[in-house]
Amino acid sequence: MSVKRNLFNTVWDLHKVGTLETGQDQLFIGLHLIHEVTSPQAFQMLEERGLKVLHPERTFATVDHIVPTASQARPFKDRLAEEMMQAIENNTARHGIEFFGLNTDHQGIVHIIGPELGLTQPGMTIACGDSHTSTHGAFGAIAFGIGTSQIRDVLATQTMALSRPRVRKINVSGRLKPGVYAKDIILRIIADLGVNGGIGYAYEYNGEAIHALSMEERMTICNMSIEGGARVGYVNPDETTFEYIRGRKYAPREDEFERACRFWREIASGEDAEYDHVFDLDANTLRPMVTWGITPGQAIGVDERLPSLRDLPEDQRDIAEKALEHMGFAERDRILGKKIDVAFLGSCTNGRISDLREAARLVRGHKVARSVRAIVVPGSKQVSMQAEREGLPAIFQEAGFEWRGAGCSMCLAMNPDKLEGRQISASSSNRNFVGRQGSPLGRTLLMSPAMVAAAAVTGEVVDVRDFGEYGQ
Amino acid sequence: MNEIKQAIKTIRGRGIVIRGNDIDTDQIIPARFMKVVTFDGLGEYAFFDLRYDEEGKKKSHPFNEERYQGAGILIVNRNFGCGSSREHAPQALMRAGIRAVIGESFAEIFGGNCTAMGVPTVVLSGEDTGSLMQMVEHDSSLTIEVDLPSSTVRCGERTFPFEMHPAYRSALIAGNWDSTSVLLSNVDSIESTARRIPYLCGFSTPAKK
Repeated sequence: MSVKRNLFNTVWDLHKVGTLETGQDQLFIGLHLIHEVTSPQAFQMLEERGLKVLHPERTFATVDHIVPTASQARPFKDRLAEEMMQAIENNTARHGIEFFGLNTDHQGIVHIIGPELGLTQPGMTIACGDSHTSTHGAFGAIAFGIGTSQIRDVLATQTMALSRPRVRKINVSGRLKPGVYAKDIILRIIADLGVNGGIGYAYEYNGEAIHALSMEERMTICNMSIEGGARVGYVNPDETTFEYIRGRKYAPREDEFERACRFWREIASGEDAEYDHVFDLDANTLRPMVTWGITPGQAIGVDERLPSLRDLPEDQRDIAEKALEHMGFAERDRILGKKIDVAFLGSCTNGRISDLREAARLVRGHKVARSVRAIVVPGSKQVSMQAEREGLPAIFQEAGFEWRGAGCSMCLAMNPDKLEGRQISASSSNRNFVGRQGSPLGRTLLMSPAMVAAAAVTGEVVDVRDFGEYGQ
Repeated sequence: MNEIKQAIKTIRGRGIVIRGNDIDTDQIIPARFMKVVTFDGLGEYAFFDLRYDEEGKKKSHPFNEERYQGAGILIVNRNFGCGSSREHAPQALMRAGIRAVIGESFAEIFGGNCTAMGVPTVVLSGEDTGSLMQMVEHDSSLTIEVDLPSSTVRCGERTFPFEMHPAYRSALIAGNWDSTSVLLSNVDSIESTARRIPYLCGFSTPAKK
């Protein structure tokens, strides 16, 4: 056993079934999560071939993308959405797969419920037909977003064909200052390394600043790995991880939990672990980040100005020009003071209880600006129920936010929550692609939930450090 | 078992050029068209919001241009297919007639999804991509040949060497790009691997060999 191995390679080798003729490895998948959008065609392919699900007990299902968040009564008004609901209900029932539907207390965004249920654990390989599956890496799992053909492979064989990526350690030293959050760390990393900088890499987030974060904050960072091109992002498990998992529905119990912790400690990358590349970032230098363009890499500090085209590397000018045109912004504009129409709090990136607590803390006693439509969408039923126990919905509603049911909502516009026309939204989600939030002309500014809360109240992009109690 | 085994070696067709870096899968197929339980009929929604305005009027886009109708080989720039893992994106392209994609680089999940459908994604240098784009924009009737065994793209008098994920290339050439049957043939090794994974056996086996 080499002490120089990083977690990624240890976990990979543990799950390696063999090497295929193509040179790819066949990897056992310990946990498979499915949802209504990318799975129906996979079940159809299985049935066309007369195949069964090899390990139905290793797959768990929920519904999130198409679920309306205003009224979740069945049948849905949207006939197509209702058809998709029925497809996943039928497929999971027919194949003996556990399904957390709308009538359970555990429905929610797939990347929120996995950790919440204790299904997501260190040392696992995890796959899901959604690119934000990298979220689960926060626990020291290696978690891949996959396409529908690979869902078919995992259902039929509990394995996938994969090429081993290289591993880049992203070492974040120092500590975050007040008003600066996990979201700002990952937006800075993507801005620095580029939206394609992570292609062919798994990202290991390490360093003092990362290990000082809660599990929910680590999930925010791992979630957006794919926005930097890295299909996998992870954090080595530590005591924070173990305490989060302890006692959850699917977590190991008693003696088994103690044995599990030993295993989880063993797989973590050692101090002298080797990497293909290392990138250093100092958390002390970070400030709240806001995207100004149409890729998550087009982000700046809230007190910075947009770039001028001629200062950008040549290969970034074309997309920057498109971004300025779509956003209606000019070179060297300030991002501070840009008016917003919609404030969206939610998504698999920032729809967890700690995100809502922080936003509620900031909006308490304030009112949403008259020109702004503000919505809060808890990431899961559990988040929603916890928020209710803490009185958060009342705080949001008093401030003028709409309080909704759990789902993906306005992150991707597969449900009734959408931008209209050229509306511009301050959003705690993960993608600012053209049209992403439902209107082909709509515009998205990605930022932390605290920054969204402050923007909702002031009606424009503000520096959260100058807002409310931070500014006093 | 009803398996698909078809060797894909050489693809010939006319080219269609879509310029620009970081074209994400939300551009290739907007999410609202994914409210479907099959992939049938997705072809007409490829690049929908770039092809049509709010009133449904045609906008200027290569997929709308008469000269590119019937083209089978898509030529793109860098980081094509980034963002969402939706296989609906390459499915829409394939159902719109695309048989191969040539570009400067591809997002990882997109490249894998294309391969799983038998659509090669091959990588040319930035300079060669630019030359090929110019040739095709100048004369859209040119035949392009993507030849996997020789790792070259041929067009007119020019031959461009390409790079490709070696596993994807060999899977396409060997005709085993539809991976399910290959993976399932190792079912005994799958089960023996599961038996040594600690979390599948009460954490009573060691973590490292």
